[in-house]
Amino acid sequence: MEKKIENMPFENNRGGDHSHIKGWGIDADPKNDPTYPMKQRNNDEHKGYTWERPPLQPITSEVLHSNERPNVTAVFGGTVPPQGLSGQLRRYAFQYGESSYGHWLPLLLADRVNVVEGIIDDIKNGHFPNIFAERGIKAELKHNPMGLAKKVAIGALVVTALFAFLNRDKDD
Amino acid sequence: MLAMNYRGPQRVRIDHKPLPQIQHPEDAIVRVTRSCICGSDLHLYNGNVPDTRVGETFGHEFVGVVEEVGADVHKIKVGDNVIVPFNIACGRCAFCKQGLYGNCHEANPQATAAGGIFGYSHTTGGYAGGQAEYVRVPYANVGPTVIPEGMDLDDAVMLTDVVPTGYQAAEMGGIQKGDTVVVFGAGPVGIMAARCAWLFGAGRVIVFDKEEYRLEFVRNYAQCEAYNFMSVGDPVVFVKRTTDSLGADVCIDAVGAEAAGSTMQTITGRKLLLQAGSATALHWAINSVKKGGIVSIVGVYGPTDNLVPIGNVVNKGITIRANQASVKRLLPRLIEHVQNGILDPKALITHRIPLEEVSDAYRIFADKLDNCIKPVLIPPSARM
Repeated sequence: MEKKIENMPFENNRGGDHSHIKGWGIDADPKNDPTYPMKQRNNDEHKGYTWERPPLQPITSEVLHSNERPNVTAVFGGTVPPQGLSGQLRRYAFQYGESSYGHWLPLLLADRVNVVEGIIDDIKNGHFPNIFAERGIKAELKHNPMGLAKKVAIGALVVTALFAFLNRDKDD
Repeated sequence: MLAMNYRGPQRVRIDHKPLPQIQHPEDAIVRVTRSCICGSDLHLYNGNVPDTRVGETFGHEFVGVVEEVGADVHKIKVGDNVIVPFNIACGRCAFCKQGLYGNCHEANPQATAAGGIFGYSHTTGGYAGGQAEYVRVPYANVGPTVIPEGMDLDDAVMLTDVVPTGYQAAEMGGIQKGDTVVVFGAGPVGIMAARCAWLFGAGRVIVFDKEEYRLEFVRNYAQCEAYNFMSVGDPVVFVKRTTDSLGADVCIDAVGAEAAGSTMQTITGRKLLLQAGSATALHWAINSVKKGGIVSIVGVYGPTDNLVPIGNVVNKGITIRANQASVKRLLPRLIEHVQNGILDPKALITHRIPLEEVSDAYRIFADKLDNCIKPVLIPPSARM
């Protein structure tokens, strides 16, 4: 019967006796370890997900988790749970694995949608965002006035060109 | 409390947010006394890291005073001044037990490839960061380390990330006595990697960057050669010419996703986001290292794909070693180095900026204004 990923438990049946395989382990060299000294090699990862887990942080708001692990980690950040349209996109993204564009591209799209949601939220809360201040214009004016002037000039030029293009005489 | 608030690419501001609460018996609440902006925060700032949500607070390099501890915290106590490693580690999973504290499996539900990191998007766990007055610190028995008596807070805050990451970059290079080491990037981590390369016995250290003020700094601070890749022509050919045509023994990518130097990489990686940042430094590192050499990567890239010359990795027999720094593993040695005057990390701090001016601080650092190398944010309570 064909295995379906969503029905597969997270387990690794690596154990057992492999001595019937001719030559099993005869060239094993514990010193052949390019991870030294970053990794203090032991066999803990060969035991699978069997360590004694820390106490689990109560889940009081929605926490998305990768479909490459069986559960939410023992602790996690509780900031900014998914909500609105960006939240829907994030929930959709987490149906896909971490090596899939189906995971990351919807997340990037959600981030951009979230920016618009943030501006709407600000205005709803009576705060009109000062985008120039948020972009640190004071520092740029102080330390790089010529660069700022150049950016403003280029921006004005683009807006003027766009305006002229949109209002061109259609009969010409 | 005051906290940095991300509003979208290149838009951040200071806002009032609720005080953090103990959410787990091994949590601590820390009142921040110093918090840096890291080069990798710029990937978030520029909107390049997926699942960076509006309203998040960044900041993974901070020190502070323990204000409150959970019921099961016994390694630190209220009132302790602590260094908080940027990676969140349980100390119990298979990876933590092997010293891979940057790869903990019990700290980030959102991605298995990345560990938990403070203030670094939901792709690394969705934790609030330290660019704030207070921060929740999980697994407080594992990561936080009491700042030794007499250590300057500016030195201590550099031990949360910059020093261990620079040191581990050199360590992963497997540097042998006499080796020629090339470091791409003279940001704080690149500068520290160049300095630390000598500790492993390098025979020659060469740094590339495009900012003259940073090149001058690293020449003096790390006592190394430093060249502007904008003026040397092809930096790979430059390395070959200066190494008997063989290439460097070890190359270190200390830049990551924001690299300049290749129009194609910049457009596809940084402007169009068709790859996970610009991989120019890694490209140069692979092509500059000798056959059988080692490339060490500490530059941060996003989670999708990058264009790198993988065929050359195979054909040259290159060993690539990379990881987030395992801060907890390295701290005892690095604290010794700072206390013995071997490393002087606070010398990298060029800007001390009030937390309230976080928008300007990001602009200064992102655009390398005012000869900025490392900015530190100081909350109001730490300025009294």
